[in-house]
Amino acid sequence: MVKIQQQVLALTGDEAVAYAVKQSEVDVVAAYPITPQTIIVERFSEYVYNGEVDTEFVCTESEHSALTACLTAAATGARTFTASASAGLALMHEILYVTSGCRAPVVMTIVNRALSAPINIHCDHTDSMVERDACWIQFYAENSQEAYDSVIQAFRIAENPDILLPTMVMLDAFFISHTLESVKVFPDEVVRKFVGTRRIPMVRSHEGKLVPFKLDPENPITMGPFDIYDYYFEHKRQQEEAMQRALQIIKQVHDEYEKISGRRYGNGLIEPYRLEDAEIAIICIGSAAGTTKTVVDQLRAQGTKAGLLRLRVYRPLPVQDIINALKNVKAIAVMDRSHSFGAHGGPIFHEIRHILYDAPIHPKIVGYIYGLGGRDMPENLIHQIYNDLEKILETKRVEKPVHFIGVRE
Amino acid sequence: MASVRKFALKDLAEKPDLIMPGHRACAGCGPAVAYRQILKAARGPIIATNATGCMEVVTTIYPYTAWRIPYIHTAFENVAANAAGIEAALKALKKKGQLKHDHVDVIAFAGDGGTYDIGLQALSGAVERGHDFLYVLYDNEAYMNTGIQRSGGTPLGAWTTTSPAGSVIPGKPEYKKPVSDIMVAHDIPYVATASPAYWRDLIIKARKGLEVKGPAFLHALTPCPRGWRYDMSKTIEIARLAVETCVFPLWEAVNSEYTLSAPSKVIALKSELKKPVREYLRVQGRFRHLFTPKFEQVIDEIQRDIDKRWGRLLKKCGMV
Amino acid sequence: MIKQRGWKEVPTAGVCWVPATEYITGDWRTFKPKLEQAKCNKCLMCYIYCPDGAVEWRPEVGEIEFNYKYCKGCGICANECRQEAIKMVLE
Repeated sequence: MVKIQQQVLALTGDEAVAYAVKQSEVDVVAAYPITPQTIIVERFSEYVYNGEVDTEFVCTESEHSALTACLTAAATGARTFTASASAGLALMHEILYVTSGCRAPVVMTIVNRALSAPINIHCDHTDSMVERDACWIQFYAENSQEAYDSVIQAFRIAENPDILLPTMVMLDAFFISHTLESVKVFPDEVVRKFVGTRRIPMVRSHEGKLVPFKLDPENPITMGPFDIYDYYFEHKRQQEEAMQRALQIIKQVHDEYEKISGRRYGNGLIEPYRLEDAEIAIICIGSAAGTTKTVVDQLRAQGTKAGLLRLRVYRPLPVQDIINALKNVKAIAVMDRSHSFGAHGGPIFHEIRHILYDAPIHPKIVGYIYGLGGRDMPENLIHQIYNDLEKILETKRVEKPVHFIGVRE
Repeated sequence: MASVRKFALKDLAEKPDLIMPGHRACAGCGPAVAYRQILKAARGPIIATNATGCMEVVTTIYPYTAWRIPYIHTAFENVAANAAGIEAALKALKKKGQLKHDHVDVIAFAGDGGTYDIGLQALSGAVERGHDFLYVLYDNEAYMNTGIQRSGGTPLGAWTTTSPAGSVIPGKPEYKKPVSDIMVAHDIPYVATASPAYWRDLIIKARKGLEVKGPAFLHALTPCPRGWRYDMSKTIEIARLAVETCVFPLWEAVNSEYTLSAPSKVIALKSELKKPVREYLRVQGRFRHLFTPKFEQVIDEIQRDIDKRWGRLLKKCGMV
Repeated sequence: MIKQRGWKEVPTAGVCWVPATEYITGDWRTFKPKLEQAKCNKCLMCYIYCPDGAVEWRPEVGEIEFNYKYCKGCGICANECRQEAIKMVLE
């Protein structure tokens, strides 16, 4: 495959997502507006009402119904997309589990926004972090370009017959969603060819035949049954297996996309930045990684061996890739733009400490809660974190494992 | 163009039901009768969806399924959204030329639990958007599957586990929500009430609901031996009494114009045929506590309410 | 009894793989309906009012037959038969 000529458009994160959806031949979009996702559905409505896409656009009366409609549309064989944030995602909570349990390959964009109360429309990752157990594949985009690329790849990944799991692509509220960026986009046919037509796998039905896994009067199947304790566990075990298979397939799809785009994000699962010989490193997700890269460059110019590990895919957790990437690092700060109250630190902090427990390396790991409710995370605060790491390196001791940074005392 | 609506029993009996025997409904289950009858109205390819509830559970205990047609269940409060998603997908696939059939009907089933209360939002939204589907409400007047708790569809004075017949409060103190009138107020093409005792009327209404372009709502009263406390052989008898006492009159609203159906029209024309509500209440254990000196007046209140609603209905049908 | 399958053999996504007709509900009943063919006028009310579809119409012989594999013995058929052709007898 040969790198394809792309056009540069000035798009905000939301607009880039809407554009990617437009090009991906989506059959059904069912959505409900919520700041800061509104531009996605507004822009997409314009495409629909101007006849630029053939999509059935359903303005449901709530997010719960939006995801439900996408789920059953996907069960009927359609390619579906929806978007939400914060309270809307929280309202969908029940159906997130139903969607992954029904193995419906819905693609959803979440524009990361804080949860109420008090009500806040700005960026933090709590809304999607609390859904990390729902068996959805989770991508966190650093910028609008990555949001565009990831949404297109998401259709391929979710619909892969070996995976068949719904997928979320996250982007930060306002920092990415409403900020204009130069985004390289493909011509429509290229995206159409890349996502292809949806492949429906076969499943054995109650009539004893192998039939396509969709609601079709030709070959009736029953979906969403009532499990008693004799089968539920097996069904969940199957889902875990699908999650594990996704690790390899995400990398493959990412590599295939790199060939035509010329862009890569690490190995598709994680993006190390100047990490090979780094002694101190920050691990984070989302737009703060962009600021951190600038800080790393500044520190490197001064001779400090600083690095960054950005997690692009959070579910399935790329355990081995993370362990391998951190092999030389001696002190790590995990930045969490979300918090688990009463849990001694944020979610990513927990998971990094947990996966390194059995690893051959034992760096010191500290956690920083930052940026809740859209609180800015400027360069000087990131420098402060690296300073703390250097102190840890020197003293070989962790004074305080969990910090809140950027909050007024 | 309306299809043939002859529905002769011998013809219906020659085709297998779209629901198989071997499902685990209670003996004498009213909803099960209604499902068999309603699905007789299917006129071609059809996809069904169900809300969580009695019929959903008894027909799909994994790994068994009683459904001969494509079927999906997702959650309790969203069956109307289920139907919306299926209908949108069918439209999209048809546009792309990927649909084998010219038309596929979509039918959504829910109990009073999944309709009156938790399901009302999704239902209202789906009909406002004009999706082409038939919504069937099988009303057994309580959350039966979870153990007979009261719903918005439970009638006045009925015993349920969350509105028990106590020494101070005799059963449910609130009236039955007029959900079918709410649906007529949404200005949808077709709304109807039905009873499995009047099987031909019910099947024809289900067929009309499927034929109509746009949303249709069919409200079937389906007695439950466990929850209503009567001998399981009396299900159809009670479903008949409900109509004969005007507790549950049968009518249709085509484009919001009300018409009485024959079993109720006959009572409107000959008021001597209207049986007192007492006859309906007496055969059900859930109203037994009303037949005591302390709570007798509730029966009068029920009769007054039934008469008021009947009078209102007659006016709407232009039959005063 | 259906043999229980492990997670690797169970069909994906919880799709049901056994028809309900393989589950015999006939052993639930205490009473069973007995039909006096001579009294039956073939109105088929028993057929349309049965919750389980356990009443079958046999056009070749022009007779109603109860499917005792599934009949739960609720007695609706006996209660509704206007010819009193159906009696519920102890199983």
